Amino acid sequence: MAAVPDPDIAPPLPGNDLHALRTAVAGFDYDQLLWASGYLAGLARSAVAGAVPVAQSVPSAAAEPWTVFYATETGNSRRVAESVAERARSAGLAAELQDLRDYKPKALTKVRNAVLVVATHGIGEAPDGSEAFFEFWLGERAPRLEQLNYSVLALGDSSYADFCEMGRALDERLRALGASAVVDRVDCDLDFDSPAADWAARLVAHASETAKPRVETGTRSAHLHAVPKPTVPTREHPFTAEILLNQPITGRGSGKDVRHIELDLEASGIAYLPGDSLGVVPKNPPQLVDAVLDTVQLDAADEVTLNGEPMALAHALSNHREITVISRPLLEIAARQHEELRQILSDRDRLTGFFGTHQVIDLLADYPKPWAAQELVDTLRRLTPRLYSIASSPDANPGEAHLAVGVVRYENFGRPHWGAASSFLANGAREVPVFLEPNDRFRLPADGDAPIVMIGAGTGIAPYRAFVEHRLEHGQKGDNWLVFGERHLATDFLYQLEWLRYRRDGVLTRLDVAFSRDQQEKVYVQHRLREQSRRFFAWLERGAHVYVCGDAGRMAGDVHQAFVDVVRKEGGMSDERAQEYLGELKAAGRYQRDVY
Amino acid sequence: MNDKAPSAVEHIKKRSNYLRGTLVESLDDPATGALAEDDTQLSKFHGFYQQDDRDARADRTRRKLEPAWQFMVRVRVPGGIATPVQWLALDALATAHGNGTLRLTTRQSFQFHGIVKSRLKATIRGINDCLLSTIAACGDVNRNIMCTPLAETSEVHEAAYKVAIALSELLEPRTRAYHEIWLGSERVAGSDDSEPIYGDRYLPRKFKVTIAIPPSNDVDVFAHDLGLIAIERNGELAGFNVLVGGGMGATHGESDTYPRVADVIGFCTVEQTLAVAEQVVALQRDYGNRSNRKRARLKYTIDDRGLEWFRQALFERLGFSLAPAEPFEFSSRGDRFGWRRDRQGRWHLTLFIPEGRIRDTAQHRVLSGLREIARIHTGDFRLTPNQNLIVSGIGEAERPAIEKLLDEFGIRKLQGGSPLRQQALACVALPTCGLAMAESERYLPELTAKVAALLERHGLVDEEISLRVTGCPNGCARPYLAEIALVGKAPGRYNLFVGGDAHGRRMNRLAEENIDEARILDTLERLFARFAAERLAGESFGDFAARTVFDRERA
Repeated sequence: MAAVPDPDIAPPLPGNDLHALRTAVAGFDYDQLLWASGYLAGLARSAVAGAVPVAQSVPSAAAEPWTVFYATETGNSRRVAESVAERARSAGLAAELQDLRDYKPKALTKVRNAVLVVATHGIGEAPDGSEAFFEFWLGERAPRLEQLNYSVLALGDSSYADFCEMGRALDERLRALGASAVVDRVDCDLDFDSPAADWAARLVAHASETAKPRVETGTRSAHLHAVPKPTVPTREHPFTAEILLNQPITGRGSGKDVRHIELDLEASGIAYLPGDSLGVVPKNPPQLVDAVLDTVQLDAADEVTLNGEPMALAHALSNHREITVISRPLLEIAARQHEELRQILSDRDRLTGFFGTHQVIDLLADYPKPWAAQELVDTLRRLTPRLYSIASSPDANPGEAHLAVGVVRYENFGRPHWGAASSFLANGAREVPVFLEPNDRFRLPADGDAPIVMIGAGTGIAPYRAFVEHRLEHGQKGDNWLVFGERHLATDFLYQLEWLRYRRDGVLTRLDVAFSRDQQEKVYVQHRLREQSRRFFAWLERGAHVYVCGDAGRMAGDVHQAFVDVVRKEGGMSDERAQEYLGELKAAGRYQRDVY
Repeated sequence: MNDKAPSAVEHIKKRSNYLRGTLVESLDDPATGALAEDDTQLSKFHGFYQQDDRDARADRTRRKLEPAWQFMVRVRVPGGIATPVQWLALDALATAHGNGTLRLTTRQSFQFHGIVKSRLKATIRGINDCLLSTIAACGDVNRNIMCTPLAETSEVHEAAYKVAIALSELLEPRTRAYHEIWLGSERVAGSDDSEPIYGDRYLPRKFKVTIAIPPSNDVDVFAHDLGLIAIERNGELAGFNVLVGGGMGATHGESDTYPRVADVIGFCTVEQTLAVAEQVVALQRDYGNRSNRKRARLKYTIDDRGLEWFRQALFERLGFSLAPAEPFEFSSRGDRFGWRRDRQGRWHLTLFIPEGRIRDTAQHRVLSGLREIARIHTGDFRLTPNQNLIVSGIGEAERPAIEKLLDEFGIRKLQGGSPLRQQALACVALPTCGLAMAESERYLPELTAKVAALLERHGLVDEEISLRVTGCPNGCARPYLAEIALVGKAPGRYNLFVGGDAHGRRMNRLAEENIDEARILDTLERLFARFAAERLAGESFGDFAARTVFDRERA
């Protein structure tokens, strides 16, 4: 939390310097960061006027605004919350209303004063839409809340066994997390008007009394001790991150299985920026290792040597060798015994086709030869890490990185096939080795007011989630336009709830979607760009940065052609001039692509 | 609550420009399967509700996906009569755009479920193409007009049905928004919309009209804002007894909301009927509560101002007084299943449709079977107020072919269950209805089997006892007029009501609150045991429960 810059102040550093600073302090703990901030502040002061001790007016907790949260099913909680806020304002306090449905649960860690009006519905259930808040705060991952002053008003219906259950549970949990209850919880039945009013009166009285600013001298004492130089993880020495969440985000019945993966990078030393990718070092699927062993008739325990280190064959195949994607040496060795493979190797088109359709298991099974264990591991390529565009802003999710992972799993040639990293992440791994793969060619504009157009298909939407989170977190006011494509609206609109909320709140200026299989004729993102031709060109003309992320095969090319057509048509340009126009955009860093 | 300030929905209606709102923009937004929030109120007037698959809701939230939005589209079918051509068209639409089922409702209409936003236009256009509509099937307007589908006394039925159609047309919204949005008509410049009966805010709340033809009270005439009881003289329809202020909806925990049986306020001739209906609607438009939607039905207007005030205000607006009510008698409420022949010699086949759901299962291919029947049938289809179906007007020669189809598609195997099962009603509830607090339609088969087993144990299995279940207190299956009713409170928990009469005149009363199935069955079993031992001759279960349970309580 402490590493988060003030969102109202745009950093006066170029992106690279900011990145360097972030990297330098990544991995510092709370005390270390506090110390470092003091240290830097000292440098700044001596640079202007020499060190001067300062007396700071520190607003007490109560002088800060009260956030009045409500979780409502019928509207009762909202009405009570409104009247509490009104009462607080008439007492001269700052109070703002917040529906828990629209609230990012973790943001509570930044709140000093909270009033929570919480209804329970059904049999001890949270009101519709607020489940995420309760799941988070009642769950094991909930962080401490020492900073929080709060009071809970619980609404319920006493003809249910779990009367006011949600309010009671939340109150007890907040207390357990270190928050301070300023006024004790009151549980209200259906006739809540008068108990709610009494409670609000006591609350406001308490808040007004403590709302006198106090003066503190100096800064908080910082522990001065040796700061260890944080080691930044690399491809060779990745950081083992805990998988905090592995949540399918395509709907039931979808032809695709995309997972939202949340990783804990708290102690990793990794400081990333939106646009960066995370390298994932997978283990191969155990079923695939078994299938390979079975196919080549070798024993799991056979000893092999890799880089001078002895290990079991199964371990080498699982952790160190590529057994999904075919490499050329493997093909060449198998070709010694198969004329067909020799022909394929000599025909470029057939070879491309072969690589596109066959995995290691297909080659081993359909072009058999006797393999020795050591020969096999020597021939197979080293297991390569997979890169995923990070789907989160580090400032909106401190200590975490989120990924959108499309799980690769299909049948071909009568046998199952897996993607190595996606299967690893999706199939119950608790931890995963990761490292940062910075991507300075896919960056938000330094100017927070510049408009951006984000075009993506499928999991290509991932970096845009990071972009928009980041711009929102830093209060950047530039227009944001998302153009997203997938197969079906009902099941495949990745992070749909978030995008709809951003659109409703005006964070997303425009949202266009293309669901290719929801109607007779296939519709893709490039069709939407052509439909919005005039608007798109107008955005370019007023300085928009354009991003394309997703499939390198078809989408990137089709979208580029759509750009050319739009620029030609709306700008009245020749094909050549339109290409130049786009070339200039690229050179200016305003047309960036992350395609794979 | 400030009783003066209009509710949020009133503002939405007022600024909607006669039900347009931003529906066109909502339909065109491809990033969400939902409508803009205000439009979800307006959509009801166009005949559809935004819902979601609640079974999937929590899972989808975790997946960062919006709820599985889908729409329930309701067809307006005055009197519940549809032709075979219309049947085939609705079947095709449900198969192409919906979840492959048609739901027969307690208001004699069809519902489509599971229509996603991108299929709404095609569905609604298709319904209009077969000369049905969805306008005003929901919303703060007159809803589908019901009429006893009684086939045997066809002269009176035909005359009453004509009145139902005329009422439906009289009370249909006049806005051209419906045609513009769904049927692609151009907006005519310079010609403003107007709603001579409703005004630009429409009614404060839904408005329900029904026609009952004695001796059957299958429509539950006491449960509607405006009820009409057909009075027959010399084999012809002479007019109607007029009932006002019935309504089922209530809200848990709010004692100033309640179900209410309608009051009989007089008799009108057939010729006077439209004027009476128009003025009853107009009074509710002008005096109904527009600040609190939970107290906005006509029943509260009447209770708040007094029945006598209402009668005088109505007579004043009509310019005449209603004649005194004619005597009438109801002797049944359920459907009479099987084959019946009318005076003209045509056959009418009433089929039991479990929970009103027309669908194919492995054993019972009701959807497919009725499709085949519709292909050869020359009469019409009549939806009953009990969620069942009458294949009506079958010629002697057609009968064997239809019999054969009933066997072939497993429809006959569904017939002939216990009277309890065949009379039972359930609203749709979970997983699609946004209001449901507990299961209803999905629970009814299991519940009726368990209750029937209890009846069997006490030798009561042939008793015609009405059992109705709803997933919330709003009353879609008219639970408060049943002899036994369960009203949902939370998953697996219900309020148990007993003591309604057999013919829908007396409301039941709350026996136990917020209880689970074990307690429900236990309570019923004890009642059944006493009923078997202590009932008076000819006494119905509802009368017995009312006499013993609550009288004892009072004493």
